Amino acid sequence: MLHRFANPARFSRIAARVLPWSTALTGLLFVAGIYFALFASPADYQQGDTVRIMYVHVPSAWMAMGAYTFIAVMSATSLIWKHPLADIAARAAAPLGAGFTVIVLTTGSLWGKPTWGTWWVWDARLTSVLVLFFLYLGHIALTHAFDNPQRGAKAAAVLALVGFVNIPIIKFSVDWWNTLHQPASLTRLDRPAIDPAMLTPLLLMGLAFMAYFITMLLIRMRADLNAARARALQLSAAE
Amino acid sequence: MVVAVSLGLLGSAAALVLNAVEDSLVFFYTPSDLAERTAPPENLFRLGGLVEEGSVRTEGATTHFVVTDLNRTIPASYTGVLPDLFREGQGVVAEGTLGSDGRFTASEVLAKHDETYMPKEVAEALRESGQWREGEATQ
Repeated sequence: MLHRFANPARFSRIAARVLPWSTALTGLLFVAGIYFALFASPADYQQGDTVRIMYVHVPSAWMAMGAYTFIAVMSATSLIWKHPLADIAARAAAPLGAGFTVIVLTTGSLWGKPTWGTWWVWDARLTSVLVLFFLYLGHIALTHAFDNPQRGAKAAAVLALVGFVNIPIIKFSVDWWNTLHQPASLTRLDRPAIDPAMLTPLLLMGLAFMAYFITMLLIRMRADLNAARARALQLSAAE
Repeated sequence: MVVAVSLGLLGSAAALVLNAVEDSLVFFYTPSDLAERTAPPENLFRLGGLVEEGSVRTEGATTHFVVTDLNRTIPASYTGVLPDLFREGQGVVAEGTLGSDGRFTASEVLAKHDETYMPKEVAEALRESGQWREGEATQ
């Protein structure tokens, strides 16, 4: 039992040291990002001010896919090496990723109406992101579906790995098939198709979302570890 | 090892499935796609491409325009309110039917924009210096 707790205890100490800094960094990045997104960046030549939805939509899309990739890596780590922290990390990241996916779907819908003329279409990009949302919900549900939490973690880890096939589908859907959604603006072989004045708020908001994810992840993992320790202490007190 | 092999198998299965259902994954057909087919995909389908420069003509509530993929063109018409981003040289996806005369009658028109974002001043400067490449990025 002790050697299993050695790592989590060290993790909790490191997390406690990192958290004030990552919290401050998240706040700073959001203030700078929102300032650039709303005030210090130009309107688009086609879409006007509607383009500012991008500064929330695209970073949340990055993090929705990033959080899922993180869960998949943690799931593989848990299944292969039985690392004690991996299940806790995956469990802590899932609701965050689901939240990012809700943000990307709603902001996308709000952006689609004024630009495309529709709230929603069943094209490959939009549909595969909706599938990602259901994968998150399935992962959360499976984690809590068993009396034995370790069985729940294992089932959820298998789901996360199987569902990972959806991530490249989301990313490349706009290249493989005709979609209403436009192709990637940043990850192209030539230069990005976004003007530098608009790239600044986009990248700042991207970093802000990432810092927010890391901060929330550390808080949730620490809470999970503390809850487990409280349960263990209760059990030993009862004996 | 088992995990790696099963993931590899899963990946190939997904690739095969996606390949098999490609027709239903495609959101619209371009004029060239239609030319390659002997029959139109179904009665009601979506046609996508660019609105050809100088082709938009309005007759009351009806708008006539030409959909091009810079290779082939199809004339189309639509009665109703168009989305704001419906412009000449911009992407469009129209749902409707293809008549026997080769004219497309749309019942719904969506605007499709490309992945280029820039301020108005930059777009004008690019146009003036002749570096503007119209529609090159839109499929």
